[in-house]
Amino acid sequence: MSAERRVAIVPAYNEERNIQRVIEELRAFDPAIDVVVVSDGSVDRTVAVAAAAGAHVVQLPFNLGIGGAVQTGFKYAWEHGYALAVRCDGDGQHDPSELPKVLAPVLAGEADIVVGTRFGETDGFRSSVLRRIGIRVLALVVSAIARQRVTDTTSGFQALNRKALALFAADYPHDYPEVEGMVMTIRHRLRLCEVPVRMREREHGRSSITALSSIYYMAKVLLALFVGLFRRRVVPLEELSE
Amino acid sequence: MIAAGTPLKLSLVATVASLALIVVVFELIRSRRLRERYALLWLFTGVVLIVLSAWRGGLNTIAGWLGVRGYPPAVLFAVGLLFVILVLLHYSTVISRLSDQNVILAQRLALLETRLRERESGAYEEARQPPVGPL
Repeated sequence: MSAERRVAIVPAYNEERNIQRVIEELRAFDPAIDVVVVSDGSVDRTVAVAAAAGAHVVQLPFNLGIGGAVQTGFKYAWEHGYALAVRCDGDGQHDPSELPKVLAPVLAGEADIVVGTRFGETDGFRSSVLRRIGIRVLALVVSAIARQRVTDTTSGFQALNRKALALFAADYPHDYPEVEGMVMTIRHRLRLCEVPVRMREREHGRSSITALSSIYYMAKVLLALFVGLFRRRVVPLEELSE
Repeated sequence: MIAAGTPLKLSLVATVASLALIVVVFELIRSRRLRERYALLWLFTGVVLIVLSAWRGGLNTIAGWLGVRGYPPAVLFAVGLLFVILVLLHYSTVISRLSDQNVILAQRLALLETRLRERESGAYEEARQPPVGPL
């Protein structure tokens, strides 16, 4: 891979059992990458474990939710002048060995944002029927808005270049960041592309979305998407010259 | 068109209640426990209610316009309810703004803490980082 400075943003909420492995694996697959762990108000040993593993640690004083935590990482990446950022969840669901695939299109300058989709090589990921239907419907809606085929709107395994960082450091959706972020990407005419990746089952802990709440989730996301279409466009951050 | 009148007793009670609202809001502003920008809507509510309560002819007339035949004071309730909804909606926007600002502050604080800690421990190679100003 090229020499461009890159950082892996790892949002983590009480992930003391997974975080060390995530950090080590990220390094193993890309030795040049810096890792920043954003602890979203964790009350366990996440911060200590991440720091001991050699990651930069940003410690939010209380829980902001995934969107707020990820945006903190984007701001970190922006302010520290990174050319590229990868977002990789702290629960071990995103397989760092897939990192090169997600980074490749951004490195090649073919896309501003790359989303690792779990619906290409389908092995390695299973979930409830209801949830799969929900993901499918959202994919269709977003594809229609984007006029571009999108298969996985809930994937947090993403790579971004500095142009995308400038946008999301300025404003990032807090409630359903992955779906709304995709629509924002498209509305700001950034180039979005998907690459198929393998995802793992969570090793410890449970997903924040249970099968039962899927329908409720869908309704809220669709509403957020709809409202998002009428929102004023955001002014991305600009480089400050000295 | 014969509209039933507003009972005098009710008119008096409602006037006193509205006046009490205005006095309480005024006192809260005076003692700096309520900011003017959040109090304006409450004061406006008080003024509208006191006018409708004291001016019985006016309340009866408005009730007539709205087609409220039987009991004109119902308009008083409706107006009161409308304003309560407005105040609540206003507060929802205030809370939303505050929580957005809270998020931004928490993020800034955490980022600055990291920057400070890493600079103090010398773990951070500042040479590699082009200095970037605040947001």
